[in-house]
Amino acid sequence: MQAAPETAKGSPWYDPKIRGYVYQALLISVVVYVGYAMVSNVSQNLARQRIPFGIDFWDTQAGFDINQALFPYTARSSYGDAFWVGLLNTLLVAAFGIIFATVLGFLIGIARLSRNWIVAKAAMVYVEVIRNLPLLLQLLFWYKAVLEPLPRPRDSIAIPGGALLNNRGLYVPEPVFGAGAGLIGAAFLLAVFGSIAFYIWAKRQQAASGRIYPIGWVSFGALIGLPALAYVVTGGPVSFNYPAMGGLNVRGGITVYPEFIALLLGLTTYTAGFIAEVVRAGILAVSKGQWEAADSLGLPYTRTLSNVVIPQALRVIIPPLTSNYLNLTKNSSLAVVIGYPDLAQVFLGTVLNQTGRAIEIVGITMAVYLTISLLTSAFMNYYNQRMALVER
Amino acid sequence: MKTIMTGILAGAALALTISAASAQAPRSTLDQVKARGVLNCGSNTGLAGFGVPDAQGNWSGLDVDYCRAIAAAIFDDPSKVKFIPLTAQARFTALQSGEVDILVRNSTWTMTRDTTLGIAFLATNYYDGQGFMVRKSLGVASALKLEGAQVCTQQGTTTELNLADFFRKNNLKYTPVTFATADETRSAYEAGRCDAFTTDASGLYSERLKLSRPDEHIVLPEVISKEPLASAVRANGDSQWANIVKWTHYAMLNAEELGVTRANLAQSAQSNNPEIRRLLGVEGKLGEGIGLTNDWAARIIRHVGNYSESFERNVGASSPLKISRGVNALWSNGGLQYAPPIR
Repeated sequence: MQAAPETAKGSPWYDPKIRGYVYQALLISVVVYVGYAMVSNVSQNLARQRIPFGIDFWDTQAGFDINQALFPYTARSSYGDAFWVGLLNTLLVAAFGIIFATVLGFLIGIARLSRNWIVAKAAMVYVEVIRNLPLLLQLLFWYKAVLEPLPRPRDSIAIPGGALLNNRGLYVPEPVFGAGAGLIGAAFLLAVFGSIAFYIWAKRQQAASGRIYPIGWVSFGALIGLPALAYVVTGGPVSFNYPAMGGLNVRGGITVYPEFIALLLGLTTYTAGFIAEVVRAGILAVSKGQWEAADSLGLPYTRTLSNVVIPQALRVIIPPLTSNYLNLTKNSSLAVVIGYPDLAQVFLGTVLNQTGRAIEIVGITMAVYLTISLLTSAFMNYYNQRMALVER
Repeated sequence: MKTIMTGILAGAALALTISAASAQAPRSTLDQVKARGVLNCGSNTGLAGFGVPDAQGNWSGLDVDYCRAIAAAIFDDPSKVKFIPLTAQARFTALQSGEVDILVRNSTWTMTRDTTLGIAFLATNYYDGQGFMVRKSLGVASALKLEGAQVCTQQGTTTELNLADFFRKNNLKYTPVTFATADETRSAYEAGRCDAFTTDASGLYSERLKLSRPDEHIVLPEVISKEPLASAVRANGDSQWANIVKWTHYAMLNAEELGVTRANLAQSAQSNNPEIRRLLGVEGKLGEGIGLTNDWAARIIRHVGNYSESFERNVGASSPLKISRGVNALWSNGGLQYAPPIR
């Protein structure tokens, strides 16, 4: 063993290890102090102004109504219920937005690489226009675009199938389930699981024998056919509550409010512009040799795309796609300007104002958005790991 | 190792000194305003007659005059006010956090707000009540006929709560559509999103003027709530500041009651009436008692006028709103505006 000559010199200040600890300790004390200063400053100021602190308002009666609620909510419900209404509305628009934006984004991203000049240029114009205008402006545009051309309730547009459309929203028939309707649900679930099982089986068969099964058609047929069969067998237990004009507005049915439609349109088209670029970048990242190899095997263009290029492109696409999903969810809080009752509008807006508990409510809202984002992120990381190149 | 420990201790000592300094008792609001040289007044983002900036950024309105009167009393200069436009959502937080010294923004005085927000309401400068506006073509003549209506309103207001109460009390169904600002609410109503638009009656008349065809809309006769619109300050025990805000309003009312106007201020100062002499600071030292000069009320009247002058100029007969005094008349004329005597 040989003694380290540096430490032998004496001064511990020159020991990189000790120095490292000192810097760490300093950093920790600064962080702790800043945290302490914030908390003590807030509590002192709150006490001086006699502002109560805590979430005891949670169970207090809210006293205001919300138009779109996914569970029964009235003015007699609590502020806590209002929070859940807002959160569910945020998740609803974010979920639909993510699905539609992904589909539209993939289509446009692929279209940008199309060999058809017009399709490629149209996709390019879309991406450039959408990406370069502020989302707030687009939301206001969509809200106006939804509200202005639609007629007043008395002159509702009748859509075949019993739905009505006017400037108060889209009213669709509400299914009313009678006895035996459970069987239809069961048939649908069976179809879902059956389709998944068939998908796995077909993929294994393909891997083993190279034979390709029509997964899409089989699943589609099962999903429609089985419930339809159950409907006929049980003697048609489902009736519909059709919307109809009554009094000042349309009554009955399920209402899809214009604010939801406008917000969904705005978020979908905006995010699709970004996803399109991500998809294009991902496809271009797949080396040309892969295309040529598929070509030389005689695979048609669509199959090359879906079976050779996109699976490889996904590895590049998923991480930035996650960011876009997170952005979409967070951007849904711009709903405030068009009156869609999402978490920000209901909780950060109305509840904060009625209770005056700014610190608590802003804190809770931040925690909620953070949780949603981290969960989305965690799921996408899991998916990314599954899709990542398996190195052997 | 010794030097390191010393360093950390020194850092901690420094930190404690800083936090001790920040914990010192704050100066009174009046001192802060004087030191700043300008009064920070929380105002509406734009409500004609109450608080609205013109194209040059000059603010006018009944609420605006209130703040100008306070500035006149402190600085003898009504222009030393910085108007900070606040949405209904942001207003109380702005007052709590000290961003504004006073909130005069057509805000309703309620028990919840007065007792739980750390703010104190002081003087009602306009007694209002909530009403509904609808299109004439809707064929509705009473709010009780609004069964099934979709109603546009501003979120985070007492309006939103009264609306729910009104429909619940009368066992009627409705759908609220709420927006963050008055402008968004009005434009949605105008675009046909709602059957009715609801806010304080004064606000309805003011917003109706901004519609493209005001004649096609009517205000329904029902007044469904009490809306005392009042000034508010932080409830931090600064009674001097509260007195200045309260007595500014009372001075304007007393001036009206005693017939003191901008025009006759000079003659009034020569008056034999002891009440007028006390109001204008010719006799007594009442102004010094609230940290101002004795001619504080004379300054208010010289620069802003009495309550009647401010009312008529902003919302009354000489304004586009043409609102009659109604319940806002002096108590001696059968109204609710009543000021304790200045003596």
